[in-house]
Amino acid sequence: MAIVALPKRGFIDSLPGGPAVTQGLAWARRYPLLPGFVLLFVLVIPAIFANQIAPHDHRIGDLDLVKRPPAWIGDKIAEQTVVQKQDRRVARQGEITLSSATRRMKRGTATFLEGGGDGTVDVGDKLRVVIRQGGTWTYPLGTDKQGRDILSRIIHGSRVSLTVSVLAIALGGGLGVILGLLAAYKGGITDTLIMRLVDIKLAFPSILLALVLVAAWKPGLLTVIIVISVLLWARYARVVRGEAMAIMNRDFIDRAQVAGASNFRIMARHIFPNLMNTAVVLATLEVGHVIILESTLSFLGAGIPRPTPAWGVMVADGRELIVAAWWIFFFPCVAIVLTVLSMNLLGDWLRDKLDPKLRNI
Amino acid sequence: MQRYILRRSAQGLLAIIVISMVVFALARVTGDPTQVLLPDEASEEQILQTQIEWGLDKPLHIQYFVYIKRLTRGDLGNSFKWAGVPASELIAERLPATVQLSAFALLISAAIAFPVGVLVAVKKDTGIDYAGKMVAILGQSAPSFALGLILMWVFAVQLDWFPTSGRGGLSHMVLPGVALGYYNVAALMRLTRSSMLEVLDTEYVKLARIKGVSERRVIWKHCFRNALIVPLTYFGLIGAVLITGSVVTETVFAWPGLGALVIEAILARDFTVVQAVVLLFAFTFILINILVDILYAYIDPRIRYS
Repeated sequence: MAIVALPKRGFIDSLPGGPAVTQGLAWARRYPLLPGFVLLFVLVIPAIFANQIAPHDHRIGDLDLVKRPPAWIGDKIAEQTVVQKQDRRVARQGEITLSSATRRMKRGTATFLEGGGDGTVDVGDKLRVVIRQGGTWTYPLGTDKQGRDILSRIIHGSRVSLTVSVLAIALGGGLGVILGLLAAYKGGITDTLIMRLVDIKLAFPSILLALVLVAAWKPGLLTVIIVISVLLWARYARVVRGEAMAIMNRDFIDRAQVAGASNFRIMARHIFPNLMNTAVVLATLEVGHVIILESTLSFLGAGIPRPTPAWGVMVADGRELIVAAWWIFFFPCVAIVLTVLSMNLLGDWLRDKLDPKLRNI
Repeated sequence: MQRYILRRSAQGLLAIIVISMVVFALARVTGDPTQVLLPDEASEEQILQTQIEWGLDKPLHIQYFVYIKRLTRGDLGNSFKWAGVPASELIAERLPATVQLSAFALLISAAIAFPVGVLVAVKKDTGIDYAGKMVAILGQSAPSFALGLILMWVFAVQLDWFPTSGRGGLSHMVLPGVALGYYNVAALMRLTRSSMLEVLDTEYVKLARIKGVSERRVIWKHCFRNALIVPLTYFGLIGAVLITGSVVTETVFAWPGLGALVIEAILARDFTVVQAVVLLFAFTFILINILVDILYAYIDPRIRYS
């Protein structure tokens, strides 16, 4: 049973579109807004105010500060002895060649421990060498291999995730709701056709379908949105159809028919509002799924193209540097997991509040 | 029952035909395969000749029928990228790696999910239960490439317990296996927990306890066996999860399986190979689902298909 606040008869109801407004108000009054704030802080605010919040330019990096670690990681220091030439076969720990020692001395990343009385580097001197410079608070989460601020890129990346999820769910969910409604209302051959299509779609592993689809067109934001909405509609159609069938058995549908309401009016004004709870719950539960799909496609090189800072692209960039600079892949991963996690928690919460019978999906 | 099996098989066949059409059409939209076959400076004549050679000069629907005709004879066509090697050969070469990894992942997930699921059900509403729930939710929020890379960083780069990538002995299989199986662990664990709770609440379990049967025997003999039915139905979905997962996990860990093959083929626009692998995946997936539904009816006689 759809638990829907029945609108009280009143002033708002007499306005065009009134019942929906009343319903929205009742809905907002009945459920506290806490998870909404979580969503706001995780995804929406950084995405909208990316230009104001992000401390640095996300496109142009500082080439003098390439692959800097996060701020809390200090300099990596070693004591090394200067040698003429390094034997590549022997472990190089604790040795430094004359030429590189001179270079480092000039740059100030090496200081004398022993020797060096004459001010120049000689073979046999012992040096204190900064192997890797530590982070600075200018770049809290470090920089990537082009010297771009990772934090700023993550903040800008949330724009991509938000855009893709909102548009893909609106598109795919809208299509699914319409098809599900049609299938339930028309029945017969329309129903069979639509539901067979759903079966076929659900019989296909989604990431594979997405990959083939993206490869068929040019990778890009629009392609990703369309492809993901193609993946989403089937589930909506199936759930909405079941729900709509239950609603159609209720008396008020028969009465509307008797009163001479057109098919479109019955679907739009009598069945559809009763499906809203289900649609909202499904949409929230799908956001996490969409973010995972989008980042996976981007990671595999079939999603958002560079240089747009999509989280999946950032992880792919950091992957080859997993040994030397772990922070490049790690923080975008954290961003994805936290966002999906909060969306899943929000979705679970909404489902329990609005539509407990959806628990099985 | 026979009628049900027949109907499901017919539906499955229909789905495969539609999928083959969609993939065939899509693959042709991706661009001219002669670009893959020939160097950029190829002459018009060469292009035309290659098109005739590969049957690309014919209209699309004729090409499709030729494709289907060959398919019924078991000929999946030749690869464009790997210089004319039959797609079936490429698949045969890569299939063992994928089967091996998937089986290992399945084993890991079952070995972890069932005992832990029973444990959290028995310890309902304690710290253990909440911890299990948190781990499961966290796991389902991590895309498999993120999980795979984090595992790789912690256990291969930092701790140096396992190799980072490639195929080899058992140690090569651990990280990709865990990354691939983890999603299933979370889902199976939740299902085991909820169905265990249901069974623990039944009359016959209470009776067994009153009779003085040991707690261990009650849990494993009386409850677990009956609770297993629900998670078993989930195995139909596992096929999909493993196929989807293998594409990503194999790419992350450079595991030479079908998932990595299909990515390479897609990026190289080698549509015969893409078609072949996609069809194989779809076929496996549909077959598993039908088998699970049938098996389910045998396990639980209360279920009747009409």
